[in-house]
Amino acid sequence: MATLLSDLLPGQIGRVVKICGKGPIARRIFDIGIVPGSLLEVQKFAPLGDPMEIKVKSFNLSLRKNEASFIQVERIAAETDCPA
Amino acid sequence: MNKNSITVALAGNPNCGKTTIFNHLTGSKQHVGNYAGVTVEKKAGFRRFREHDLTIVDLPGTYSLTAYSIEEVVTRNFIVLDQPDIVVDVLDSANLERNLYLAVQILELQRPMVLVLNMADVAKKQGVVINAKRLSQRIGVPIVTAVGNKASGMDDLLTTIVQSVDKQAASFQIDYGQQIEQRIVRLFQSFNSAVLSLGFPKRWIALKLLENDKDIVQRLLEHDGGQATLAVATELRETFCEQTGGDAATFIATKRYEVVGKIYGDCVLTGPTILRTTSDKIDALLTHRLLGIPLFLGMMWFVFNLVFTIGAVPQKAIQKGLSFLGQWVGMALPDGGVKNLLIDGVIGGVGSVLSFVPIILLLFAAIAVLEDSGYMARAAFIMDRVMYKVGLHGKSFIPLLLGFGCSVPAIMGTRTLENPRDRLVTILVTPFMSCSARLPVYTLLCAAFFSENMAGTVLFSVYIFGILLAILVARFLRTFLLTGDTEPFVMEMPPYHWPSPTSILIHMWERTVLYVKKAGTIILAVSVLIWFLTNYPTHVEFSRDYDALTAQADADYTEHIAQQVYVPLTITALDDRPELAETVQRMHDIEENFDVQVADVRKNTRTYKNAAENKETALFSAAGSTELGKYALRVIQLSDERDDAHRVLLQQKAHEKLEKSYAGQAGKVLEPLVTPLGLNWKHAVSLFAGFSAKEVIVSTLATIYSVGDVEKSSSQLMDALAADPDMSPLVAYTLMIFILIYSPCVATIAVIRRETNSWKWALFASCYTTTIAWCIAFIIYQGGRIFGL
Repeated sequence: MATLLSDLLPGQIGRVVKICGKGPIARRIFDIGIVPGSLLEVQKFAPLGDPMEIKVKSFNLSLRKNEASFIQVERIAAETDCPA
Repeated sequence: MNKNSITVALAGNPNCGKTTIFNHLTGSKQHVGNYAGVTVEKKAGFRRFREHDLTIVDLPGTYSLTAYSIEEVVTRNFIVLDQPDIVVDVLDSANLERNLYLAVQILELQRPMVLVLNMADVAKKQGVVINAKRLSQRIGVPIVTAVGNKASGMDDLLTTIVQSVDKQAASFQIDYGQQIEQRIVRLFQSFNSAVLSLGFPKRWIALKLLENDKDIVQRLLEHDGGQATLAVATELRETFCEQTGGDAATFIATKRYEVVGKIYGDCVLTGPTILRTTSDKIDALLTHRLLGIPLFLGMMWFVFNLVFTIGAVPQKAIQKGLSFLGQWVGMALPDGGVKNLLIDGVIGGVGSVLSFVPIILLLFAAIAVLEDSGYMARAAFIMDRVMYKVGLHGKSFIPLLLGFGCSVPAIMGTRTLENPRDRLVTILVTPFMSCSARLPVYTLLCAAFFSENMAGTVLFSVYIFGILLAILVARFLRTFLLTGDTEPFVMEMPPYHWPSPTSILIHMWERTVLYVKKAGTIILAVSVLIWFLTNYPTHVEFSRDYDALTAQADADYTEHIAQQVYVPLTITALDDRPELAETVQRMHDIEENFDVQVADVRKNTRTYKNAAENKETALFSAAGSTELGKYALRVIQLSDERDDAHRVLLQQKAHEKLEKSYAGQAGKVLEPLVTPLGLNWKHAVSLFAGFSAKEVIVSTLATIYSVGDVEKSSSQLMDALAADPDMSPLVAYTLMIFILIYSPCVATIAVIRRETNSWKWALFASCYTTTIAWCIAFIIYQGGRIFGL
């Protein structure tokens, strides 16, 4: 099931399915290292609710919800969700 | 090729530690300039290594080489067109995959190249194991491992650079698959000499045309014979879309990532996919939902006070030192135009240049710490929501805040904004943040025209007015003047780390030198010019002979004191009657004491009246009931009269001189322009002089209202202003708003010129603000009059 990155909540993990659009926003997302297949975890939202911070591999990114809505992800159960 | 001098281009992602390596390689031998025609900064450094002179150019940090940002265009153009002998690409080992994405794009430019695996220690800690040898073989360029923060690997890097200069250009090539490769061949057939004369590699041009790269398309449009190729490219892109259902640019980028992913997979062993680092723990606090904003505001409060409160101490010391220098020069030189020019013009001008240096040093220390530690990105994260509403970037907040202290460092602080449009808008609205130099003018006018209860509110309203105006103008500029795609807010949050003292020092030094060299000369020149206009011509046709009048006052004094005191007492001087001289001296002391007491008290206040009464009582009690006491009082009265006459003459002379100076003449000519705002030529002259520095408005008003030295007593000026029939609280408020909005001072204009690299924007900043100031002042004054204020 595909959702938008902007709809994920802090702590949730998603795998990028598709970067929509082809303008500068999509390009920039691509260039900074988010590509189909990337795993990303939502860290938090800024104190005023926007932008959001996500973790990709070993770096952190902040992006506005508007930009995040260009990224289609499929939710993956977080490791912490699974009983050990 | 002359192997003795080598040009090295240093490229890499933002936050990959490139600048640290640059600093280690070049030390303090750096030079900062701009790339021709753009605002992107060009930093070059020099290093001598084993008989070789290396010129190292620090290219802007980029993630990619598309034409979406100027930095990327500058980077690739420099690599291809400036033909550096070698490109050093710095890679963050902990984020190797993404960093390789850029490396691959640089490889496609086909220049000799060295890769630096930087931050090897961090990667190791995260469990990333890189097989550098295999990586080097796969992409065909030498690799050096380094830890920039600890300066390790630098000698290795220099040796490799020197050895690799003669080597063949990198011959790395990606196979983009049949769909793209076919089209590349097809484009090759359409290439003519015009296309090849661009100087870029053939294959690269073909790829860029398939990506519909703005810069390359533009270049071909400007070349005769480029159109045919462009038409072919457009057709090829369209057929690609039809056949695959996607656009070629995305396809090429994806392919590149695939290749990078493959190389990465073959050469690197990684640890867990998503790591929780110390940085995340710090972040949990610093960008906390509730604590984030208070912590941020606290930090800003600290920075603001560091810069402007602590900075004020050396600032005052510099001013003092220069005034000593002025006195010394004054004693050493004969009177005349040269002396005046040196003391008031040049030393005064140098003073206004240098007095900014301490705050610039401190500000850039603070900015370097905020940037280096990684907090700047968090500050932008926290404030972005607010600034976005205004049409700006989260990072605009800090410069705007600093604007309340002084626009000069604030505008220099906009360097942290990468997007040129965001930066320009921030620069243009920063002067509306009412700087501290404007405060003395406001306080003067507030105190003169508003009751104590009202003054605070009035002052506050001026500040708020500035903020609201900044928001409106920012939105306006964004919507109508500096339109275009909004820069996507996708920003890396670099891991926190301790800032390096060397980097901070270099950063402080570099900014200060830049300020003094590039802005200082303009500030000095304009300060001297304004000084000239307000002081010349020196030989004024005075309406009265002030010297004769002063001599007359002296003669009157001598005559009166002889007639009224000396003759009756049959003496020729005060000292002939020691008791008399003593009493007179005591009375002098009482008067002086009174002058000190009422220095800051206005005449119509109770405090002033009380002090005056006390003085009278003290004088009478000093006189006692003796005959001699009466004579002593007479002496005091006469010398007071003489002193008053002297002062009034001096002030009237200064007033008339300013009135007849070039500035005064201009003020009178310009009077019709400010009359609709309720202002007169006196205000026009002060506003003109205020262009050199806003606080100068106060001293100019003092001269023009003939009240002498405001430093000693501002109350006289308030009285004089309040007594001016042209002035009213409404006019005072209009004047304050005008001062808030109209042209930034010369130092700010000089810095805008330097930071935008264009006189056009500097002049624009001066003109558009003055236009807005006039319009708003007009509305306030005329509106106020309609309401009968």
